[in-house]
Amino acid sequence: MAGADLTALWISLRLAAITTALLLVLCTPLAWWLASTRSRARVPIDAMVSLPLVLPPTVLGFYLLILLGPAGPIGRVLRQFGLASPVFTFTGLVIGSMLYSLPFVVQPLRDAFEALGPRALEVAATLRASPWNRFITVAVPLASRGFLTAAVLSFAHTLGEFGVVLMIGGNIPGRTQTASIAIYNHAETLEYGAANRLSATLILIAFVLLLGVYTATRRGRGGVRVWRWH
Amino acid sequence: MALALSVALSRPGFSLRVDTELPIRGVTALFGRSGCGKTTLLRCIAGLDRIAAARVCFNGEVWQDDEHFLPTHRRSVGYVFQEPSLFAHHDVRGNLQFGLTRVPPAQRRIGFDEAVRLLGLEGLLARRPEQLSGGQRQRVAIARALLASPQLLLMDEPLSSLDATSKAQILPHLERLHEALSIPVIYVSHALGEVMRLADDLVLLEAGRVRAAGPLQLLLTRTDLPLGNLDDGGTVIHGVIEAHDPAYHLSFVAISGGRLAISMQPLPVGHRVRVRIDARDVSLALEPPQRTSITNILSATVLELHADGDPAQTLVRLQVGDDLMLARVTRRSAVQLELAAGTRLYVQIKSAALMEP
Repeated sequence: MAGADLTALWISLRLAAITTALLLVLCTPLAWWLASTRSRARVPIDAMVSLPLVLPPTVLGFYLLILLGPAGPIGRVLRQFGLASPVFTFTGLVIGSMLYSLPFVVQPLRDAFEALGPRALEVAATLRASPWNRFITVAVPLASRGFLTAAVLSFAHTLGEFGVVLMIGGNIPGRTQTASIAIYNHAETLEYGAANRLSATLILIAFVLLLGVYTATRRGRGGVRVWRWH
Repeated sequence: MALALSVALSRPGFSLRVDTELPIRGVTALFGRSGCGKTTLLRCIAGLDRIAAARVCFNGEVWQDDEHFLPTHRRSVGYVFQEPSLFAHHDVRGNLQFGLTRVPPAQRRIGFDEAVRLLGLEGLLARRPEQLSGGQRQRVAIARALLASPQLLLMDEPLSSLDATSKAQILPHLERLHEALSIPVIYVSHALGEVMRLADDLVLLEAGRVRAAGPLQLLLTRTDLPLGNLDDGGTVIHGVIEAHDPAYHLSFVAISGGRLAISMQPLPVGHRVRVRIDARDVSLALEPPQRTSITNILSATVLELHADGDPAQTLVRLQVGDDLMLARVTRRSAVQLELAAGTRLYVQIKSAALMEP
């Protein structure tokens, strides 16, 4: 594999890892709120979180380009604070990927938290665990399958994205050119051998990831178990 | 110790109005039919539900009133739920240690090994919850609650989800707890048998109201309450094993009104026991019965007579020594014997069951 392709692959992997880590941190409270709230805001927010699932990635990328660009509303605010526009930078890629992969993290986490039910947390409360402590020592371990699913889906999905990163990243080799864009470039210029090597590598990575998840969830213990016989 | 409890709650088809102060010692049973508000009260005491119009005060410490609401984890309560809700991400040891590690060592009232021994969990510590039977899981849940060293243990029908065999296995453990620990228990139940075996005091709930509260024997034998009219109604009397007669395979239990013979028990002389005597197993005689097959005959005084649910029967409340007893006789017999308050007579007890293994 050529050096440029390895770099593109490395950018993809780094992007997927950073996006996933940030999403897990930011989406956990959101998913918890969605799972436990009785607020009316829940339904519209649920729908909004799911939007990236149905929108063409180019739509997402296009509006991000407009919003974050030097002339866009967010871009101008950033400039007032002396910050450069994130458009056509790795930071821009991360922002775009986070939006694009948001539902893939929120939904498994929300489902896992919902599946817990109130009982395990009530038990923990009667055993003197504070709300935060209950969350860390009961809710998170019992929802571990949800976390694993969210992490892998986010990683794999970010690795495979194309439209958003093309729009917001601008296909700059060595900086914002990801593996998926590099494959497109190779195919465009009829370098099928190079496209094939990079594509096969992505397939392998994705397969190994999913294999890992299925093995772990098959063996793993997650969810809450409350026994009833009546 | 005392628990002041005042709760007012109205939901469609359900209202709960309780304003009572319970002396908290030993086991207090909250007894009533399903849907009478027992669990709601217990959850309110634990702070698991926040009922707007409620006041909970334990030993002078306000847990809830109009201004305060102490969250569950800061109330010193243990809670055993109806179904054994073990943490699926811990083995038995991890479940037991969950509460224990959250109690400062100086405040611990029971050690790990002691709880394991009391509930008979030796050999199960490395098991996962899904590898345990229902009864074993509930024993782990009880030990886990004890290890959080609560000042008050709340148990919400802990046996109701278990089959008869598991129940029979777990009851002796509960009785041992009662003897070994000084932690007061509020025990919710709709099974009279469990209450008779375990309770010291009784709170009778009916449709969201406290119908009566007081010592177990007093309430069991009150003829104005529905307890005595139940088919298996009767009394519970405390006694002490006095002697054994291996030749006839009998043990003798000293009670305040005399001595009872029961089938021989593998218990040492001096052991305190609980004896249950059902109203239907007690018959009455004005003269000391001669040449009768019934072994247990005690002298008694009639306190009152009460029409039973069955028009052919009369419920007679009796004083036997310091204890109270119920007899269910036919109304015709009551009339023919001219029974009235103050009548001195003899009770013949056909069967007395020891309520301890």
